[in-house]
Amino acid sequence: MSTFEGTSKSMANQLSISQALREGLAEEMSRDPNVFCMGEDISIPGGWGGVFTVTLGLEEAYRDQLLDTPISELGYIGVAVGAAIMGMRPVVDVQYGDFLFLAMDQIVNQAAKMRYMSGGKTKVPIVIRAPVGATGRGAQHAQNLERFFVGVPGLKVVCPATAYDAKGLLKSAIRDDNPVMMFEHKLLYGSKGLGQATGAVDASSDIPEEDYTVPIGEGIVRRQGSDVTIIATLLMMHVAMNAAEELEAEGVKVEVIDPRSLSPFDWDLVEESVMKTTRVVIVEEGPKTGGWSAEIAASLGSKMSDYLSAPVVRIASPDIPVPFSPRMESYYRPNREDIKRAVLKLIE
Amino acid sequence: MTLKSTYSKAALLGFYRDMLLIRTLEERIGYLFLEGVISGTLHQSLGQEAVAVGVCSALNKDDVITSGHRPHGHAIAKGLDLTAFMMELFGKTGGCCGGKGGSMHVGDLSVGMIPSIAIVGANVPVGTGAGLTFKLKKEPRVAVCFTGDGGVAEGAFHEAVNIAAVWNLPVIYVIENNRYAASTHYSKNSKLEHLSDVAAAYGIPGVSIDGNDVLKVYETARDAVDRARNGGGPTILEAMTYRLIGHNRRDPCNYMPKAEREEAKANEPIKRFEDYLVSQDHISARDAEQMKLEIEALVEQSVQKAAGADDPLPEDALKDVYV
Repeated sequence: MSTFEGTSKSMANQLSISQALREGLAEEMSRDPNVFCMGEDISIPGGWGGVFTVTLGLEEAYRDQLLDTPISELGYIGVAVGAAIMGMRPVVDVQYGDFLFLAMDQIVNQAAKMRYMSGGKTKVPIVIRAPVGATGRGAQHAQNLERFFVGVPGLKVVCPATAYDAKGLLKSAIRDDNPVMMFEHKLLYGSKGLGQATGAVDASSDIPEEDYTVPIGEGIVRRQGSDVTIIATLLMMHVAMNAAEELEAEGVKVEVIDPRSLSPFDWDLVEESVMKTTRVVIVEEGPKTGGWSAEIAASLGSKMSDYLSAPVVRIASPDIPVPFSPRMESYYRPNREDIKRAVLKLIE
Repeated sequence: MTLKSTYSKAALLGFYRDMLLIRTLEERIGYLFLEGVISGTLHQSLGQEAVAVGVCSALNKDDVITSGHRPHGHAIAKGLDLTAFMMELFGKTGGCCGGKGGSMHVGDLSVGMIPSIAIVGANVPVGTGAGLTFKLKKEPRVAVCFTGDGGVAEGAFHEAVNIAAVWNLPVIYVIENNRYAASTHYSKNSKLEHLSDVAAAYGIPGVSIDGNDVLKVYETARDAVDRARNGGGPTILEAMTYRLIGHNRRDPCNYMPKAEREEAKANEPIKRFEDYLVSQDHISARDAEQMKLEIEALVEQSVQKAAGADDPLPEDALKDVYV
């Protein structure tokens, strides 16, 4: 898998997502003493630096800004919401995105609504980082949670697919005065040791030396093409890139858009692409019914009907929990062949 | 009255006046609701005034409280502007939450009250986060989480108190036990005789007191606040009181035994304190009457201001979702 950003070929600062996030957290904690991280097992001496090693090695230098919590997602996310209301900038590490359900009230009823309920007088600058994606751990350490938060007014939702975006979006999220949900894919972290994953995909990037951010709500064209637009995030973006490369050999020019943020969504970028290609495939890991891709498809269908030459196609997982067996899990996750088949059918 | 400390006359009359203000306000808005002037619903605190006033009197202005769906008394006791409060209940732009919050979300950070949280127990982690902030910033401030006998059955309560205990945070958890979680008696929510006994599970102090004795509430809260402010960590304070009205304004309270209600009325905090003040010559019956009239006028003034204030535009609903 190729990398996407950076002009230097020297690989001077080639970092994985977990390394880039670590750098970003360290820089933000140094820049602003109100920034702190909290979560389970994130800074235990002799421990893991979080399950995906994102905070590994920061525990001494940032002792006062790393809080190891009891196993209390509802409790500590609520505590983080309260701290954010009082002017802190907590970054919450949730071990697995699936655990967010334990804290839904604090996220959806409190963090998302507090600004509104107070008539704009309160703000909740919290970042909640959560790993997503099916990775051989069965049904409860595997879900893609993005779908549950894109329809919640007051929340922003970002999902970086590369190390460059991970660091840049993390910084934007920390500096944002709104609550931001940041979803990271377990197969993209590039974690070593405990967090190492079978089937991992290289999402590393050449990270600039200087401070930079990736604006929330700004997508990116990963690959230009004129026949079909594919919209995909996280792992699916990488799979879509592979599919696009193979389709290129068959003479099909695919444009791949990585929205990077699902809320707010970069409609301008997508609409511009649709005007050019007139055909859209959206790829989402997660059950098809009620997925975020349904919202994008419905909106494009109504807003862009004058431009579309075919209905928007959605590729997603079947409506089942994530199964354990590798054979069944592969069946669950949309793959390169699914995408190629859909694209070829669309241009028939 | 339990008197551990000596009080100035001004301090004693202050407690009395604050409780009267809450009572008068609650009674007035109750009528406004029945008249259809205030819409939605109201969860009122008549009979529970000593808890709000006793606890908030032990706090500094920059200390922070959080409350739940029954927040009126806490808000007024913490110093929320009366007119901003009233305008909020009227759904006016000038309300403390711009008319977007309503009765269950009143609050104002500038007076040390996080806008109220109407999911039972959910304010407990949030207030704990305020305590965490004070500890991280090494500020000598404390946070108070008001919850009820019902809130103690919520997971949020247990998780947050445990975190505060482990991290030794400056937080006081006030369980305002008004006997009924909506219509369910607290004996059906917990097997504990005293809800403050949960403190033992977290290794922190817990105490249950007569919550209709404003001075007892004040003194107990002050001890807990002093301890928290000086690094002594959290406390659970159960204040036994009684809701003299329904869960909300339409509730006829048929689940409350008549004898229990009669006893509660005889034990209600304001009359008790008034009798004490009169018996100790701190106030004459005539001066007490005069004070009531002044407070009624004050409340009426806020009602008139709210009634005459600008309504929001319908499309103002679209503002304030994001910063």
